Amino acid sequence: MPTKPTVETFTITVDGREVEAEKGEMIIAAAERGGTYIPRFCWHPRMKPVGMCRMCVVDVKGPRGWGLVPACYVPVGPNMEVNTQSPRVKKAQDGILELLLINHPLDCPVCDKGGECPLQDHTLAFGPGETRMAEEKRHFEKPIPISDLVLLDRERCIMCARCTRFADEVAGDPFIQIIDRGNGSQINVFPDEPFASYFSGNTVQICPVGALTASPYRFKARPWDLDQVESTCTVCAVGCRVALQSSSNRLTRMLGLDSEPVNHGWLCDKGRFSIDAVNSENRLSTPLVRRDGELVEASWGEALDAAAAGLRAARDLHGPSTLAVLGGARLADEDAYAWAKLAKGVLGTDNVDCQMGDGLPAEVVLGLPRATIEDATWADTVILLAPDLKEELPVLHLRLREAARDHGVAIIELSSRATGLTVDAKASLRHQPGWAPAVMAALLAEGDPTESVAGVAPEALQRARRLLAPDRSVVVVLGRGSLAESAEPTVQAALALHRARPSATFLPALRRGNVNGALELGLAPGLLPGATSLADGATRFAEAWGSVPGARGLDTTAALAEAADGRLHGLVLLGADPLTDHPDRWLARRGLSGAGFVVAVDAFRTPSVEQADVVLPVAIWGERPGTTTNIEGRVTRLGQKVVPPGVAWADWMVASELAFALDADLGLESLAGIATEIERLAPSRAGLTPARIDDRAARDGLVVPLATADAPPVPGEIEANDDPGVAAVQGHVETGAPAGVGPDTGGEPGGPVAAPSSAPAPARVRPPAPSPAAGVKTDAYKLRLVSSRTLYDAGTIVQESGALAKLAATPALHVHPSDINRFSLGDGGLVRVTSSRSVATLTVMADPTLPRGACWLAFNLGSPGAADLIDANEPITDLAVESA
Amino acid sequence: METRTVPRIVTSRITAYDDSHTIERFLATGGYDGLRKALSMTPEQVQAEVLTSNLLGRGGAGFEAGKKWSMMRKAPTRYLVINGDESEPATFKDHMLVEGDPNQLVEGTIISAYAIQACQAFIYLRGEFALGLERVQQAVNDAYRNGALGEDIFGSGFSLDIVVQPGAGAYICGEETALLESLEGRRGMPRIKPPYFPAAMGLYGEPTIVNNVETMANMPWIISNGGAAFAALGAGRSTGTRIFALSGHVNNPANYEVEMVKTTFRNLIYDEGLGGGIRGGKELKCFVPGGASAPWFGPQHLDLPLGQDEVGKSNGVLPGGGGSMLGSGSIVVMDQDTDVVRAAWRLARFFARESCGKCTPCREGTSWLDKVMKRIVDGHGRPGDLELLRDVCDNIAPGLAFPYAMTTICFLGPSAAMPIMSALTMFPEEFERRVGSAPAGSLPGKPETAGVV
Repeated sequence: MPTKPTVETFTITVDGREVEAEKGEMIIAAAERGGTYIPRFCWHPRMKPVGMCRMCVVDVKGPRGWGLVPACYVPVGPNMEVNTQSPRVKKAQDGILELLLINHPLDCPVCDKGGECPLQDHTLAFGPGETRMAEEKRHFEKPIPISDLVLLDRERCIMCARCTRFADEVAGDPFIQIIDRGNGSQINVFPDEPFASYFSGNTVQICPVGALTASPYRFKARPWDLDQVESTCTVCAVGCRVALQSSSNRLTRMLGLDSEPVNHGWLCDKGRFSIDAVNSENRLSTPLVRRDGELVEASWGEALDAAAAGLRAARDLHGPSTLAVLGGARLADEDAYAWAKLAKGVLGTDNVDCQMGDGLPAEVVLGLPRATIEDATWADTVILLAPDLKEELPVLHLRLREAARDHGVAIIELSSRATGLTVDAKASLRHQPGWAPAVMAALLAEGDPTESVAGVAPEALQRARRLLAPDRSVVVVLGRGSLAESAEPTVQAALALHRARPSATFLPALRRGNVNGALELGLAPGLLPGATSLADGATRFAEAWGSVPGARGLDTTAALAEAADGRLHGLVLLGADPLTDHPDRWLARRGLSGAGFVVAVDAFRTPSVEQADVVLPVAIWGERPGTTTNIEGRVTRLGQKVVPPGVAWADWMVASELAFALDADLGLESLAGIATEIERLAPSRAGLTPARIDDRAARDGLVVPLATADAPPVPGEIEANDDPGVAAVQGHVETGAPAGVGPDTGGEPGGPVAAPSSAPAPARVRPPAPSPAAGVKTDAYKLRLVSSRTLYDAGTIVQESGALAKLAATPALHVHPSDINRFSLGDGGLVRVTSSRSVATLTVMADPTLPRGACWLAFNLGSPGAADLIDANEPITDLAVESA
Repeated sequence: METRTVPRIVTSRITAYDDSHTIERFLATGGYDGLRKALSMTPEQVQAEVLTSNLLGRGGAGFEAGKKWSMMRKAPTRYLVINGDESEPATFKDHMLVEGDPNQLVEGTIISAYAIQACQAFIYLRGEFALGLERVQQAVNDAYRNGALGEDIFGSGFSLDIVVQPGAGAYICGEETALLESLEGRRGMPRIKPPYFPAAMGLYGEPTIVNNVETMANMPWIISNGGAAFAALGAGRSTGTRIFALSGHVNNPANYEVEMVKTTFRNLIYDEGLGGGIRGGKELKCFVPGGASAPWFGPQHLDLPLGQDEVGKSNGVLPGGGGSMLGSGSIVVMDQDTDVVRAAWRLARFFARESCGKCTPCREGTSWLDKVMKRIVDGHGRPGDLELLRDVCDNIAPGLAFPYAMTTICFLGPSAAMPIMSALTMFPEEFERRVGSAPAGSLPGKPETAGVV
């Protein structure tokens, strides 16, 4: 059973000072914690030691006297004596540096690493003053591209193998290797096989010299010219901690910070290199108002008046329920709260949804007991009921990959297509699309299954069942595996597991940056801030806000359908682009054109923004402070490094000013003020004061709800989750679900939060009841569509980030080889597919990882795409196929 | 020299028959007798017999084979790997054994696998041994055909498979952990230690014994004749006979199997029937006693016995007075006319070219030594070069003593320093004469740089 090992400690002596060391720890790590830095190049705390550079040799007293040993791979022992300063150590370090330098080019003045180069720094600190090498240095062609993003200068390389070890051990993309030998050793790629890894940028960050450089940053800045702030990457919802660097009011570089509970220092390339989107020329920099059919520049006053007038007219003529506020998953927490207050308290509508019909119901996300990433990486079994994490939440993929390989965590994968974790999964249950509940039922049923279920062989089911023995802890990673089917099968499978296994905890695999914060702070139908249901929070929020909607409103899909039928008269898009992101483009198009009046609050001119009547430009990450909330419910600080373009504002200011234009006062005047109000009103955020989150101890963020309001939790520790089933349910909300569903936690919903005395006890959301769900039978003459996202896509962020834009693949319809034969399609040929929505012509690609009868099409690789084929009102999407 | 008869233990067939490699000759001359006897004993008894013989490993380090076996971690999966990656200049004893008596090697391997209860054995042979690879594979096939391999060997209930694996042309793969990496399909680079011994954690992380070809070739005789009979030969820790590969300026360069300790370097180099003296009646200048990585010896060392400790604890030429080693048992004789500077450079260049590149001192240091030596040989050495040589050698093998201290992962790096330091210590005047000896105005040749694109 993989449990996080408890650490035995003992004392060692480093240079005469006593240091507390942990058993199994290497000398280099123990010494560093004790304040003694031992120079190194190849050693990296997040990778296995390799002992290549030999820079870290120290004197250690052994049974036969003092001897030189490498500190990076010799573990500490009780009472060990270490000398890092002996003449012998100095001589060895001098010697190693000289050897590293004899073939290293002296091109520091034009090297990206110059100024932040460990080799430069170590040479100054430990090295010889001059060279004794008289021969010609080693020469290689410099630099050579090893991928679209990374260039390699082999002359600068000192062969520490950090990059190759990262690619192999951490990323699982062993496309770079050491080739040749001895003095001619070099890092290189195989011919025609570039280093096409989603994580390649990490190798640039950990390279101790300037051998690996990233094309977006190359020659852009000198390190000493960079300003830096700590922040959180919000390109996806993992919440990796980063250092955001800028020069001359442009974001220049983003580096991963080592956050123990979250990203271990790693970033995906999409996150790392998407800063170019912030710098983009195409950012909205001024408000726009539609005049004579054209969007023209306007002042804030004009634009806010126009927006307020349109929304007020719609509300006064048709009632608040004909307004909708969609989107908000890209906002910071404070922005989300301000917009929830504006929408529900001022506009009076509950038609509010931060998800684009591509997520999961808010009650499910907030109501199921929550897991942290660390829970998942030390669970006995992790069930993946989610899209391919490598494509959608890449660093969570890295963490789970490490957990499977190094902690022995057993992964069970329920999916209709192979994912990045399939090779590490103990059981891969490849089922027919739409049949996840049936597979889950077979896993939870009494007795071993003897028949196939939805295409999953009984042996595979049996193997998975053994991994779900009652004494094993279970974490479920829960998200929408396919956008071509409704959320219902995923939800039902999750609820069935929750009912059968109340101790199982859930980690939501929702993708958008702050979707978890937005849901929790009320940007969802039927909810109020603090994961409170409309019913439970009505009194409290009506008192604070003046009023709250009386009835549950519509989600995005339902709101778009209302709009399409002409019954929605005012629509606000908060950084939302339904034309690109909603699974049903036909519905989104009709909805946008049918909505009476559209206000878009955005940073880019997306297709949906082009349809708006008023456009309000806003700041995005890097341009505004605040907090964000990741998949675990971990709240972290965002850093501001540059100012927004033109006259763009933060979203909360837009909400506040729009409220004034509507003759209302949100009472929100500063970020700190909003944060204080959230802490006071939102039950799930009780105790999370601005001072608390600003504290250095909360550098890794704080998971809400807090364990106790008083004692700050130790960063990096699992918070009050010894019994995940209890702790995570507490503090959550309850919907109108029938009683007796889910774990019954008794009448008093107190939870662990010592809520401020002014606040009533927090209410809880509970997940809805499971309902028996049967899959829809397959039509033998059709292929059933599976659709999910790829990391690089046709979306705004990627397309506005120069280096990433060209990495988006061309869409192709993946079909099982036997189906290619069955329909006489021909691999690489064209196929015409017909759904209930439309007809499209696509290239066919053979994909044996699919179940037979299914096909896969990337959701987000442009048009024609899956969104043109999917009908959001249908449970599944079947395609008639014929050779084109 | 003594008159008592010393048996030929590993070269009896090779020296007697032209067809010593065939299964027919093998079966006609006691083939598999040792194996049959071993299988009638318990594995513990076989181990005890080998322990009694005090057979020292013949690969170079000279560790007691039986003791190595006894250190094996108890685990259900255990491997035996035979190291036949003999690639050092002037070492050619295993070459002869795999080509001349492959069946003996296979028999010894099966006996050893039985003794340690290995489930699978691998014979890793140097890739350039084209004929040897063919003959060992033939011997393995013949063993299967004769019931000496596969399921239930000779009805004993013991089962074993042997895989013959060719190396891909890297000297470093003779280092046992690099060999294991190579065998696992990875780049041949030595593993970091700890874990110190493959017996604890070896191939695929399982306990593994790595033994040399010649060590295996001794097994049939030891089991047939008893460990005590083997231990009766030689003296001290060095028992039995051993093959010495004699090369260089001698009249009869060849492999010789002689009794350990009872034979001296002088016997080997000068005796009739052995080396037969220096070619052309010249004087001995110096000799390499145990492979390219051993510190050199001079005429004053001729009467040292050929024994592990006798050579190891002798009074050598390096600072600190450490001796040298018998190593792989290859002895290179250099006569009075030898250009020792050039000889040292050639050896250093070998190590530079064979460095795997894993750790810095070896990757950068050996090639730097090569370059400095080359310019000295060419007469373009600079003032201070000898000091530089000493210091770079010291950075690779701190203290320059023997046995070496290391800043490297394996012994390859310090090995490069040994011939240079030996020559420099024994013949400093030749180096000094050579530095700057090129005619004025002549240009140094382009240095040899590996990896030039």
